[in-house]
Order: sequence, then C-alpha cells, then structure tokens
Amino acid sequence: MTSKLTLTKRRTFLTATAAIAGAQFTGPFIIKARGETPVKIGFIDPITGSLSALAVTEVESAKWTVEQLNKKGGILGREVQLLVEDSANDTGTGVQKAHKLIERDKVDVIMGDVNSGIAYAIMGVTAEKKVFHVVPGGHTDPITGKDCKWNVFRTCNTTAMDAAAVTGELVKKFGKKWFFITPDYAYGKTLQENFVKNLKKAGGTFEGDMLPIANADFSATLIKAKAYKPDVLLNNMGGAAQLNCMKQFVQFGMAKEMALGGALYELETLRSVPKEALTGWWVFEWWWNQPNVPAVKTFVDAISPAIGNKKPTARHWMAYVSIMAIKLAAEKAKSLEAVKMAHALSDMELPPEVSLSPNKVRYRAGDHQLMSDIFVGEVQQAGAGGPDDLFKVETVVKGEDAAGSAEDTGCKINWPA
Amino acid sequence: MLQLVLFNLTNGLIVGTFYVLMALGLSLIINLSNVVNFAHGNFLAIGGYLAFVLTPFIGFWGALLVSPFLTAILGFVIEKVLIRHVYTRNHIYSLLLTFGLGFILQDICRYIWGPSPLPLNIPQSMSAAVTPDLFFITWYRVFMVAVVIVAVAGLFALLRYTRVGMRIRAGTLDLETVSALGVNVPALRSLNFAVGSFLAGLAGVLAAGQLGLNPNMGDDLIMPSFIAIIVGGVGSLTGTLLGGLLIGVAAALTTVFYPSASEAVIYVIMAVVLLVRPRGLLGEEGMLS
Amino acid sequence: MSTVTTRADSTVVRPWQQLVIIWALLLTVPFWLPLLGGYTAIAGRVLVMALAAMGLNLLLGYTGVLSFGHAAYFGLGAYGAGLTLKYVAASTPLAILAGTLLGGIAGTLFGLLLVRRRGVYFAMVTIAFGQVCFYIAYKWDDFTGGYDGLRGFVRAPLDFGLFKLDIAGNGTLFYYFVLFVFGIAVGLQALILKSPFGRTMLAIRENERRARFLGLPVEKHIWLSFSISCFFTALAGTLYALLNNFADPLGLNYVMSGNIVMIAVMGGMRTFWGPLVGAVLFVMLQDYVSSMTTNWMFFVGTTFVLVVLLFPRGLMGLLQRKGAGS
Repeated sequence: MTSKLTLTKRRTFLTATAAIAGAQFTGPFIIKARGETPVKIGFIDPITGSLSALAVTEVESAKWTVEQLNKKGGILGREVQLLVEDSANDTGTGVQKAHKLIERDKVDVIMGDVNSGIAYAIMGVTAEKKVFHVVPGGHTDPITGKDCKWNVFRTCNTTAMDAAAVTGELVKKFGKKWFFITPDYAYGKTLQENFVKNLKKAGGTFEGDMLPIANADFSATLIKAKAYKPDVLLNNMGGAAQLNCMKQFVQFGMAKEMALGGALYELETLRSVPKEALTGWWVFEWWWNQPNVPAVKTFVDAISPAIGNKKPTARHWMAYVSIMAIKLAAEKAKSLEAVKMAHALSDMELPPEVSLSPNKVRYRAGDHQLMSDIFVGEVQQAGAGGPDDLFKVETVVKGEDAAGSAEDTGCKINWPA
Repeated sequence: MLQLVLFNLTNGLIVGTFYVLMALGLSLIINLSNVVNFAHGNFLAIGGYLAFVLTPFIGFWGALLVSPFLTAILGFVIEKVLIRHVYTRNHIYSLLLTFGLGFILQDICRYIWGPSPLPLNIPQSMSAAVTPDLFFITWYRVFMVAVVIVAVAGLFALLRYTRVGMRIRAGTLDLETVSALGVNVPALRSLNFAVGSFLAGLAGVLAAGQLGLNPNMGDDLIMPSFIAIIVGGVGSLTGTLLGGLLIGVAAALTTVFYPSASEAVIYVIMAVVLLVRPRGLLGEEGMLS
Repeated sequence: MSTVTTRADSTVVRPWQQLVIIWALLLTVPFWLPLLGGYTAIAGRVLVMALAAMGLNLLLGYTGVLSFGHAAYFGLGAYGAGLTLKYVAASTPLAILAGTLLGGIAGTLFGLLLVRRRGVYFAMVTIAFGQVCFYIAYKWDDFTGGYDGLRGFVRAPLDFGLFKLDIAGNGTLFYYFVLFVFGIAVGLQALILKSPFGRTMLAIRENERRARFLGLPVEKHIWLSFSISCFFTALAGTLYALLNNFADPLGLNYVMSGNIVMIAVMGGMRTFWGPLVGAVLFVMLQDYVSSMTTNWMFFVGTTFVLVVLLFPRGLMGLLQRKGAGS
C-alpha cells in the first residue's frame, strides 16, 4: 500500500479500511523504486469542501500526466511518484499536510492549492524548507506579486490578467457603464479593483455590490442593478454563486436589457448551467478547442479517455503544465535542488506540446508568473463540437499584454544566499 | 428608493418563507426530542438529490411529491437505528451523533453524485417572471411560497386537530405525563422525526430547483435556521415562523443599504434578541432552560 | 500534580505511574515518532488540540455544562497571537499573552449572556456566538485577512538575553516549546480542579439542584468555569497560530467546535488525561485516513457515531471501568 490517494472510490473504501486496521501507527510504507529512488511530487489540493470540483479535476490530470511521464522515462531518468493530500479547504490542514509531505515523505516538489489562502500558507512552509513549489490554480495576485517567493511559480493567471484581458472587449462591444456583483473577499476585491482600473482608463462609470462569497439569492442586488441600467453586468462570483447569479439574471429577463460578463469561468461550473442561462462574455484560462494549435488536439485526444471521455478543462491544463514545467526545470538544472530548478525555469520558453497555447509562453523571471494566453469569448449553448462545446473564443490575449510589467506587480524576488 | 425597499421587502418575505420551512423541521425535533439535529441540512441535500434522481422518471412535480416522503422514511429509519439511543443521555451525545451523521450523509452525496454542482430542471414555464414590473418574482418563487404556506398550514393543522399532533404538542410541554398516560413515546418521537425530515426534504427539492445541487448545499442553510429558532424562541413553532420571516426580511433589506453585511445582520438580530429578551421572541420562560 | 478524576483510585495504573508514562512519552516524541512513520509537526498539532479539548473539558467534563462553540475562543486566541506578531511586536510570549486574553475575555463576556440558559438552548446559543466570531474574522478583510486568513507573520525566536532559542526555524525546539506551555497549562488546570472551586464544579455537575439548595451561587460558578475554560482554549489557539504561522477563519467555525468536543469525548471527558488521548486518536485518524481516501469524512463521521453509541465514556473511561472491575 502506498500513501497515494486514489480516486477510484470503491477500491479505496476497502484499502482504507484495511489501512486503518493495519497501518494506523506504523504509517503507510512506500514502495521503493527499483534501482534509484523516485522523484516525489507532493500535491495538496482541497479534494473535499466547496472547491472540490476543481481540485478533483486537477488531481485527475496530475495522475494522468505522471503516468505518461513514467512511460517515457520519468524525470531525470527516475520514476515519478505523485503523493496527493487533501487540504479539505482548511488552512491548518493544508499546512499540516505540507509538513507531512516535506518532513516525512521527503518530497522534492510541492504543488497546490486551488484555495489561494491555503496556497499562501503552504508557501510559508516551502520557502522555509527551501522546497520547489508550483501553484497550479490559486488566483490571488500577491502570490506572484508583493508576497512572491523565489521558490514559488504560478501556472494560472492573476486576477489582474483576467480583468485586463476582458475589459477592452466588453467596453468595445457594449459600453462603459458597468454594474459589479463581487464576492466580498480578497480575490473578489482585487478582481474588481483591476476591472475598475481598466474601466476608468477607458473613461467608464460603475456601481456595484459586494456580496457574501456563497451568496445564493441575487434578487436584491439584481433589483438594484436593473435600476442602474448599466451596459454590462459584471458577475465576479465563483462556482455555484456565479451560476445562480447567471440563472437569476436570465430568469428576471435582464438579458434583454444589458450584457453579462465577468472574468474567470470554469468549464466544471459551466457544465451545470441550464441551457437557457448560457450567456455572457467571459475569460477561460485555457480552452480545449484550438483548431490552429495541433499539439492541443493531440493532448485532448490522449487525455479524454482517462477522464471519462469528456474534454479537458483549464484545471486539467494547469496541473499538466505545472508537472511538465517541473520536469523541464529539473532536466535543465540536471538536479532537483530547488534553487537550481527555480533559476532554470525562470524565463524558460515552454515548448508547444507543454504550453498547448498559440503564443510563446514562459514563467517570467521577474515574478514567476506564467505568461499564458488568455481566451476571451462568449458562452454558448452546446455547439457542433459536442456537449463541452460551450464557449466560443473571440480573441486570444497574450499574457504579457494583460499582465503589465513584473515590477508593477510589486514582486521582488529574494534569492537565498 | 421606496420602490427598492418595497421590492426587497417582498423578496425578503419570499426568502424568509424558505428559512421557515427549514427551521420548522429542526424546531419540531428540538421541541419533542430535545435533539439539535446538525444533520438537518444534509437531509435537505438528500431530498434535493433524490428529486434529481426521480425527475427523469416522474418529472419535477412527481419528484416534489415523492422525494420528501423518501426523505421522511430515511429520517424515520435513522431515528430508529441511531438517534433514539441518545435521548436519555447528555445533550452532548445527540449533538455529536448528528454532527457525525452530517459528515456521513454529505460524503455519501459526494460519493454517489460527485462534487460538481448539478442542476435540477424545473418546468420551463416556472422560471419566467410573473409580470415585467415585478420581474424578480418568478412563477417558481410564487410557487415556493405557496408550497411553504400549504406545508406550514398543514403542519399546524396536523398538530392541532389530529391525535398524533396533539400528542406531539403535549409531549413538547410535558413528556413524562404524556408517557404516563400510555402514549407510546418512542413511536411518537420517530414519527415526529420523520415529519421533521419530510420538511427538510421538501425544502431540499424547492432549494434545488432554485439554486441547483451540491453536496455542501445544506451547510449554508442550517445556520439561518438555527438563528430563526433562537430568535423566535426555542419551544415555540409560531416563534420559529416569525423568526424565519424576520431574518429573511432583515437580510434582504440590509442588501439595499449595506450588501456585504447581509449575512452578518442575522447574527446581530440574534444578539439583540438575546440581550433584550433572552428566551426569544415567543419563547416561554422556563422552557428548556 | 495528581490526576483528578471521580474514581481516580480505581484505575489500573496508579496516578503517579500514569503521569510518568505520559510525560516520558511526550518528552521523547521527536525520537520515537519518526520511527513509527510520524513527523514532529503532527505531534505539535496533537498537543494543541489536546490543550484546547482539556480547556473545554473543565466545563464539559467537570462542570457538566455543554459548549458547542469553543472554536470561537480557540480561533480568537489564534487571531490575537497572529495580529500581535503582525502589527505589534515580533515577540512570541507577547503574542501568546495577547491571544489568550482576547479569547478568554471574549468568552467571559459571552458567558454573562449564557449562564442562565441550559441544555439544548445553551448549546445552540454557544454555536451561534461561535459563528458571530467566525463572521467577524471572515468579514473584516483589511484587518484579519478575511476569507484568505491572516498571514504575514511568523513566530519569533525566544530571546532570553544570554541565549536565544530558535523556535522559529527548528521544528523540534518548537515542539518542546509547545510542550512546555502545555505542561504549565495542564499543571494550572490540575491545581484549579483540586481547589475548593474545583470541588464546587463537580458538585454542580453531579447535582445542580442540590448545589443550589446548599446555597452555592451556581450561575456564578458556571460563568467562572466557562470563562476559565475559554482562557485555556484560547491559549491553545495561540499555539495553533504559531504552529501554522497562520490564522484561519475556519478555525472559528462550528466544525472545529465539533472536533474539539469530539476529542474530549473520544478520550474520556470525565478523566483528566482523556482529551490528550482523544487528541492522539483524532489527529492520527484524520491525518492517516485523509491521506488514504477522499472519503475520509465518511470515516470520521462513522467514528463519531460509533464513539457516541458504543464508547460514550471514551477510551480512558473504558480503561477506568475495566480497572474498577478487576
């Protein structure tokens, strides 16, 4: 029995029961690789709790990616082992799991977490222990901004990038009078600030409401929004709240009066939007349908059978890119030492079969943020491409154009002496 | 502005009726059995998910009728197997038991239906607005309020006019005497728990139609129900009714003036009520204290 | 310091033997734990949770009053410590002091509103108050970090003038620091329980009505007991913040309260060391099961149900009863 967390549920039910009976205090022992010790990647993600849908996708993809890597010689010719731990969307647990992976399991690299708060907290541990750390999907800006660390790289976008990418399009198409519906916490606030910054540059006006993060009923705010008569209603909520806001917007007949838009949308959430409510302009951080990039089709065809014959989502992509970047960094540095890997990955251009994007993509040296392409477009009812063909890409914005300079993010990287 | 306030007042009443439905079930169980059912929100989720399973076969209307009954049966069984063991014990055990039960039920939902949100499809005609002026009142919301009114009226009629109902009410006031008079108290409690679960299941179907399904859906709804009961006064169903409507309206009106406090305001109300009138609005002195 | 229990003399192991075993094990954790596949950071977590549950147990096990909202004081302790380190001074002792006072005083004030309530109503109001604290931490973004939690502080090394103890960088040293604080707190608890006040608490637990007839100011004593219990739980909270270098609104949530209560019950809430045993069981269970399966909630929930139905006296209670039988 390994300490790996298996997602095949029925089997784990049984093995875990046996594990509790047998290995309670001895701890799960790890199968030693034949020959050399494996390269260990520890992945902490909120597999239970309100973000679980996204985390489960990331983990699914990470497992697939590691399997593929091992078929082709692993990393530095060594077998790769993925150790997944559930942060349960709780910071204390996340930190504890980081200690566990680093101190007990002696992992070489840490990945995680979808929850930016937990990602931060884990950064504290990895920086102290000097462990290479990739954040595949936690969005809050300071991770690669004013709180950036030499050992931390982030794959998903910053909120500033997402906001900047979609603002121009919305202003051009619909107008400059906006109403914001924003979740009342750090992510939402930074996102709205970034929108407002860009909107003001274009000479726009706005009003808005900050709502509780898991708000379910939007009628009160939508009543206000309707009275304000904006050109665009910005729905910055996430997950189920985003979906409900959208649904009520359509039910109240507001779609005829104003456009709907926002920053990030996740395919995981989009799949459960009723088809009459599929509307609005959004950002996808990666999209599976890119006819002009041959590597994308190869990737989609390869991973689909392993993920229930669905199309991969941006979360699949984030985990894939993160692990491939770890491989590239280790092989360029010819080492698993964090400092060497971090230097190696800085400004390294990712090959197209890794980036899976039309433009050139790299983790830039200034803030360790991935300068990935941002897909702006309109949500649609399932098109010719099957049930996951729910989004039409209108423009692709280059990461660098949306992100501004690395200095502006407030990041100063202090390398260890 | 006045229009905005009036709109939100109406809206608050609509939201409030939903809290009422949720809180009444919880309140029933507290009153007769002295058990705070932490898993109540999970019964709600089960009710919603059952409706999700049933809808393809018997449609939304059928699911709305059947799913609460199935939830009630589940509640009945769980009461018989687990809950009844802790009635005579310290409250701590009933709290821990239902707390653990909540974990189990939530995980079962996640195991069977997955962590992603799922939609419960309601008839197309229900999601349209009633009139263009009252655009925020969809037929579904009108229907929800109607269902709640029928359910609440039914519950009060049941308690007032049927033999079982009278026994439940009497048991709430003085269980020892009721027992001495030869009423089968264990059966009464099981039935009462089933009625509570029925209300949770009904709330679950209604909520799922409006908000969709996810395994944690009950978690967000359980705290407002707690507050509704504390504000209304433990031991009084009418109090719970009042408490639920009050916090619904308060939350909606706060959204007009200070939206980010719309969640916090219900706690403020609770604190004020506890300071000014510690037993709750309609709670009886001496009741459960 | 002796073990204060209702039937202390009937245990298989004599109290002083129990003490020796417990402390010998605790003092040697960094040596034997890694051999068993553990890691030192988890031992720190065990101590913190144990202390929180022992604090609660003064109220729960020894006064017979139920709180299902102790996470509030635990979390306030954590925030108090974190905010002090972040905004006031990089001093670990000061942070501990400030956090303990914050949580303790808040508990004392809430206690005033609570003491006249009993039973299920008392429990519900403690839950609701806990949620109030949760919301404040969650809402007050600029000060507490809101949903993302309070970050940007680290525990400071201890400076004794002549020498420094680097509890910030050295995990093992930090474990001993936590153990030291734990030892002092536990000693204080034992003293309180042996005092006349401690005897009064037991009297209230055994028969509140009789205690009242004897002229004991029951409300006042319950209030005092609630307050003391909150101070200890808040102290545990400060250590939790230092352990994680982070304070998190979820630490104030009712789920955490439930966990603290469970730890006390699992180990044996009528025994002095029960919560420590409970913390070992609970933290280990959660740690291992959550690495094995995504369905850990099912197992933790089942454990709750089984403990309530089959072992309501907890592990220590079980041992004690066996001891009484032999």
